[in-house]
Amino acid sequence: MDIIKLEHGSGGALSRKLTEELIYENLKNERYPELSDATILDIKGQFAFTTDTYTIDPLFFPGGDIGKLAIFGTCNDLAVSGAKPLYLSLAFVIEEGFPIADLKRILSSIRRAANEAGIRIVTGDTKVVPKNRGGGIYINTTGIGTREFRHRISGSRIESGDAVVISGPIGSHGIAIMASRESLPVGPQVKSDVAFLYPLCRNLYQLGEDLKFMRDATRGGIAAVLNEAISDTELSMNINESSIPLGEKVDAISNILGLNPLEIANEGVFIAVVRGSRGERALSLLRETRGGDRAQIIGHVDSAYPGKVILETISGGKRILDFPRGLMLPRIC
Amino acid sequence: MIKLEELIHLNDRNIILKLKEKIDELADELQKEIKIMEVCGTHTVSIRRNGIHSLLPTNVKMISGPGCPVCVTPASYIDNAIQLVEEKRAIVVTFGDMLKVPGTKGYSLSRFMGSGWVRVIYSPAEMLEIRKDTSKPVVFLGIGFETTVPTIASTFLRGVENQLEDMYLYTSFKTVPPALEALLADTESEIDAFLLPGHVSVILGMEPYRKVLERKNGIPGVIGGFEPVDIMLAIYKILKQLAEGRREVENAYPRAVRGTGNPKARAVIEKLLEPGDELWRGLGKLPASGLRIRREYENIDAVVKFGLSEEYNYEPAGCLCAEVIQGKVAPNQCPHFAKDCIPEEPIGPCMVSSEGACAAYYRYGDIG
Repeated sequence: MDIIKLEHGSGGALSRKLTEELIYENLKNERYPELSDATILDIKGQFAFTTDTYTIDPLFFPGGDIGKLAIFGTCNDLAVSGAKPLYLSLAFVIEEGFPIADLKRILSSIRRAANEAGIRIVTGDTKVVPKNRGGGIYINTTGIGTREFRHRISGSRIESGDAVVISGPIGSHGIAIMASRESLPVGPQVKSDVAFLYPLCRNLYQLGEDLKFMRDATRGGIAAVLNEAISDTELSMNINESSIPLGEKVDAISNILGLNPLEIANEGVFIAVVRGSRGERALSLLRETRGGDRAQIIGHVDSAYPGKVILETISGGKRILDFPRGLMLPRIC
Repeated sequence: MIKLEELIHLNDRNIILKLKEKIDELADELQKEIKIMEVCGTHTVSIRRNGIHSLLPTNVKMISGPGCPVCVTPASYIDNAIQLVEEKRAIVVTFGDMLKVPGTKGYSLSRFMGSGWVRVIYSPAEMLEIRKDTSKPVVFLGIGFETTVPTIASTFLRGVENQLEDMYLYTSFKTVPPALEALLADTESEIDAFLLPGHVSVILGMEPYRKVLERKNGIPGVIGGFEPVDIMLAIYKILKQLAEGRREVENAYPRAVRGTGNPKARAVIEKLLEPGDELWRGLGKLPASGLRIRREYENIDAVVKFGLSEEYNYEPAGCLCAEVIQGKVAPNQCPHFAKDCIPEEPIGPCMVSSEGACAAYYRYGDIG
């Protein structure tokens, strides 16, 4: 058995072999040892529920792979919603002919990521599609987490005077993907920033109601997130471009490729909006946590240009920072 | 290998603010509205992206010019490229920006994406690989200015040397100085000075501009780089010339541009190509403003091989791209701008190309 065949998705003997000998063997956990149609979970109180599908190309890239992304990406959506990630589902759509060795690599990466995140994979599914009808492998994960942060996380809670905080340097994920696709002559590899954000988010929960908005800056980069936060309000955001931390080489490589780092996808960075007087506190909470040492306050909220994000550029000029337009980099997550 | 450490962002805010002070002083002194045309699309993008225009005094206006290769390519050229696929069964190879520009019938080459008939490349050399992989004729869409022509020309010369057959070039190359001449000759033109393109000047040097600008009715022209500091420096030098009543070609980008340009690159161009009359979208037919394949290489000329018909200018109803290219209308003065013409669904090429003025204005909004 060295490639995936259509029969692996037929529900017959080969399906069972794939599930039991490969997937289950790689992922089994102590508490839910049986494979059944559904899993009963014991969850108390309010919980958060989210789903995401991962179609990234290439499947393996510097700093990560589609498996790690599928675990952390969904966990991060829970974490920025104020919930501690607990359980994940895991569903594969695999293309006929996909190498089993690659599937093993992805599964072991999934296991490592799940261990790091302390979550359990409690249900799953595998389908096989005919050759040339899929991009190798797609993964869907659905996550459940218990609500830990008691206040609402919403753009509608943002007020004039609030501080805009970023958890770390931007751009590495998109650049790593782009560089590995195009074999750019950029010297040592740029690594994707794909990371588990819950520890950073949890530290910020301590701010209580002074923490108003959080979102991870994936597709569309921070340009999209900042606009999502403010576009339905009567407020504006003033962002200072020179205070935005950039990943290593991101500046130079985006210059060559004509990309805007603010629009590049990240997988390990989030934006938070906190009460202005708590900005410094938010920074120290982030910086004392692993992965948060380059956190920065990148701007503040006022009401000069309702619904708009204003960027003070590195050169001191000002312009609107809009939602990213067009298809910049397809299949980046 | 590119040494990234050498690519320094010339973005020192202190230098920019000092230049801004000097620009403000000169603008005060000049006491009238000054219109500076940035000829090159890369300048337009850098100005909008960095908000340079928001740093300038109210009487100094930057207007975009004809320096976006896709934008000045006639829509009927796209028709011919589509015909190459549909009727001549040739594989069309192009840079990505050309894909989404609609031809005169409203559709673009992007309809063939994924079919293998249209291939997008980043470097002309990739074309040789495509040629080796197929038995069908391969046609490269040759658009661009003096900057991109040398690598395309050298690729074709290499192909000829290696006796690669059935590989053709469909030229729509343009040269910058004749366009400047046409803009100057336009009696309606209100351009007070040119910010000259840095990359093109790396090839051309300064002399070709001097012939056009340093004469009666000429205007100042300053070659500028693309970082904010470069652009501010060039604008300062332009205002200084205007204040002192000079009309000269100056080089404010000496770290890349030499006075004599790059004679080697020009020799490569001249080996394969010769000046010819060329049709510009927006500017019409300008004498000796294009680069056509020399007769001795006519066996790689797609026009000759496939009998392509001559291009003509056509503008979609209400599209003001032609006026935008001439700097007569700002992108946001077009009635379609940001309404039914957006980068995802463009009407004209100025909204398609990443270097197009409309796309730059749309993407990097003005705080007004």
